[in-house]
Amino acid sequence: MALQIKNGIVVDPKNGISGEKMDIFIKDGKIVEEVKKNCRVIDATGKLVVAGGIDLHAHIAGCKINTGRAMRPEEMRFVRRKSNGLRAAVGRTLLTSPAIGYEYAKMGYTTAVDPATPSLYVIHTHEELDSIPIIDKATLPLFGNWHQVMRYSADKDIEKLKSFVAWVLERTKGYGVKLVNPGGVEAWMYGGNVHTLDDAVPGFGVTPREIITSLIAAVEELNLPHSAHIHCNNLGMPGNYETTMETIKLAKGFENRDRQVLHVTHVQFNAYTGSSWRDIGSGAEEIAKLVNRIESVTIDMGQPIFGHATTMTADCPWQFELHKLAKAKWCNRDIELETGGGIVPYVYRAKNAVNSVQWATGLELGLLVDADKIAISTDYPNGGPFNSYPYIATLLMSKKFRDEEMKKAHPYIEKATSLPSIDAERTIEDIVKMTRVTPARVLGMKNKGHLGTGADGDVAVYDINPMDYNSSNFQAILKALKNPLYTIKSGEIVVKDGDVVSEVWGRTYWVDVRDKTTTELIERDLEEYFNYYTVNRENYGVEERWLQNPLRVMAG
Amino acid sequence: MRNAICTFCGNACDDIEFDGFVGKNLCPLGEAKFSAKQRIEGPVVNGERVSYEEAIDRAVEILVNAKRPLLYGFASTVNEAIRLGVILAEKLGGIYDQCSSVCHAPSTLAMIEEGIPGGTLGQAKNRADVVVFWGCNPVEAHPRHPSRYSVMAKGFLTKGRQYRHVIVVDVRKTATAYLATEFYQVKPGYDYAIFSALRSIINGHEDAVPDEVGGVSREKLKEFADILVNGKYGVIFYGLGLTHTRGSDRSVENLVKLVQTLNRHTRYIIQPMRGHFNVVGASAVAAWEAGYEYAIDFSRGHSRFFPSEFTAVEALIRRDCDAALIIASDPAAHFPKRAVERLTEIPVIQIDPHPNITTLIADIVIPSALVGIEAEGTIYRMDGIPLRVKKFKETEYWSDYEILKLMLDKVIRLKGE
Repeated sequence: MALQIKNGIVVDPKNGISGEKMDIFIKDGKIVEEVKKNCRVIDATGKLVVAGGIDLHAHIAGCKINTGRAMRPEEMRFVRRKSNGLRAAVGRTLLTSPAIGYEYAKMGYTTAVDPATPSLYVIHTHEELDSIPIIDKATLPLFGNWHQVMRYSADKDIEKLKSFVAWVLERTKGYGVKLVNPGGVEAWMYGGNVHTLDDAVPGFGVTPREIITSLIAAVEELNLPHSAHIHCNNLGMPGNYETTMETIKLAKGFENRDRQVLHVTHVQFNAYTGSSWRDIGSGAEEIAKLVNRIESVTIDMGQPIFGHATTMTADCPWQFELHKLAKAKWCNRDIELETGGGIVPYVYRAKNAVNSVQWATGLELGLLVDADKIAISTDYPNGGPFNSYPYIATLLMSKKFRDEEMKKAHPYIEKATSLPSIDAERTIEDIVKMTRVTPARVLGMKNKGHLGTGADGDVAVYDINPMDYNSSNFQAILKALKNPLYTIKSGEIVVKDGDVVSEVWGRTYWVDVRDKTTTELIERDLEEYFNYYTVNRENYGVEERWLQNPLRVMAG
Repeated sequence: MRNAICTFCGNACDDIEFDGFVGKNLCPLGEAKFSAKQRIEGPVVNGERVSYEEAIDRAVEILVNAKRPLLYGFASTVNEAIRLGVILAEKLGGIYDQCSSVCHAPSTLAMIEEGIPGGTLGQAKNRADVVVFWGCNPVEAHPRHPSRYSVMAKGFLTKGRQYRHVIVVDVRKTATAYLATEFYQVKPGYDYAIFSALRSIINGHEDAVPDEVGGVSREKLKEFADILVNGKYGVIFYGLGLTHTRGSDRSVENLVKLVQTLNRHTRYIIQPMRGHFNVVGASAVAAWEAGYEYAIDFSRGHSRFFPSEFTAVEALIRRDCDAALIIASDPAAHFPKRAVERLTEIPVIQIDPHPNITTLIADIVIPSALVGIEAEGTIYRMDGIPLRVKKFKETEYWSDYEILKLMLDKVIRLKGE
């Protein structure tokens, strides 16, 4: 049945609408001009109406989060809902698959992208994605330490690299190209790491700089909807903002009319000055200036939230450091020829100077970078739970709330960061950009992040009037953002008054670029290389018919 | 059929050629799996042949009327079926448990304490120059493991047997010990102490180690520690010799700590030698659907984990369960006597391709298609690598997935949610 959202106050920056009273119509899962007959009407008088939220970076599926669950039963004692009608949902910051879908919907989000899957484990990732209700999803396979990629980068053979990227995306039903600590994970296989963009990767004679630029070149020539998506080298280390700035500058050599050419993810973790934990500080200001200046780069926050978190990343050498630093349990998985992964539980403590600097750095980025170049994220579950996005948005919108929260943090942030001196407040329009418009553009999902005709029928209605709210009444803002009056997914009401009322199943996006290149180029390399796998080529990857609800996107 | 996946042990060899009768590349265990065997002819309720629909109706009636049914097994079926099993347990307010609970559950407990620094089997093939088998005997239990993955495998950096130092630690000279460069015979139940001794030596506290630990002299232990530390990349495989002897999960935990120590000097990973071809899937699916790997109780409408109360054996011995659904497993042959006695007292529903001891005590028997031959789906190899097993033989039998799907639909309809 068609749906009419009546008299809401629409904020839709992509279509130039910033707070107009109007009606939104949805039919057959899409936004339409108007529906005259047989229409269910929702009264949204005086309420904020926006597109469904998009999370472009959250580890919501795959062997990493699932190993995390198995390793941390203590996370699962938090009961979110019982099995009455829908599924039971448990989890504190690590959530079960049903809980992930429900929690996203409960804050008005309708799309999320898993940003790192080892291709060898991709069937597992898709199985989990298929178990997450409500939201649309996609996954990005990991390329940055793949032997084949490093070889082609060393040979500067972009044609072969293109062919390889196309082959991998088809085999994995992946959506884009992810790099994690390029070169560093390979070095970890013998206990090392790389520390600058020009360190040679042991055994390959290639540098992180070459891997990154080669992959950007391949992605741009294939014209994938999403750009290269990078987790920089030196994550977590004091002084790493320099490596991050250098990495960002690599994008200068490329151009794309529709989108960025490099998305640098969870930048907070890569934005520290200083030479040790004793003099760590925030490099957010410098990075923000650079990002605002370079047209072709976008970032996301990676905001840590005080409290429990579980760090999980393909950056194995960093995870081993963290295991020693935090004296916490440690899971590691070295994955043959491709990549690796590590998991360490962590607690961000407000009373800890370093954790407070991290917290302030993330917020600085959120306040200083243009709203159309930064997306809100916690790098779930690395920085904390994704359902703290309303909390982050409120912090960005209300100086008063920031001052309250800053009182809880360690006073060292006054010396080490510029957060206390920033008076700016984000508007609702900015927040809509950072949670809808920007992520949709970064991901190249044209039907998402706006409410124009033909867009996906994903809508959220919040109990706040964008034309008339008081930023110092932060409790009201937080309450409104946390409890949407309605979340609508593909025209179905899934959340009403902050609670899940029904379950739909979203789609899995994947990108097919096989017509832009040919596998013949790499046929012989693949044959040779499968001698070293423990899985046969015929059994590698995932077929479209195994997925519940795949959506193939043709690039270009 | 080429590149078929063998559905017997945790190796999940994916290079099997099978023409419907004879298989190539199969080990003796795989050959037995693929050869024709006695099958259950059709669904049976209290000794009477019925249709699938009727058997499922009767099974659902038992399950819905039970206060706390036990759903057990799952290690020899596909993830798609396991997922329905977990949801079914949730809807019924029952207990979900799987074969790990009498097998490698101590590894899960050790992981909860310390984590697991692991890797894929291809890392052993491509990089390992030290391979340790501790309390496991792959030559007899995972016959193709040494040639495909560990001892003789030809990788791109470690090119064969002559480049590997192979160490076997066991209480007796097993068949695998004959492949070893070095064999250490230890006293039963002394693994924990030996791990502690090795950790002490590697950490430079050699003087704290007594002259002899667990039947191995200090000199020998020093040699052992030297080999470990001098490896560039090592893999330690361990088996039930560790999880099912004195210390069990604490021994595994100490092994993990040894590997953490070794990683401060060089690179090491560990890998449990898992038994059934999809016992890893039976853990993983439950983890993403319910948050825990095994011993999950849903009687309060959400999942709870408590190994000493909600594992199948404990629940049966405590007489906590009043009905049981057994899928792809044979608890009557493997559980302790008192647990089996309880099984004989309560209604038991069995879903399995072959008759086994549990068939004898089951009230309802529903035969199913053979996974990997007559039914397809996803399984996880011992290192968690997912593989899609194939269907290459038509059959009249329903698959585990189809049977559980109909059961779940009926349960949801009866429960009205």
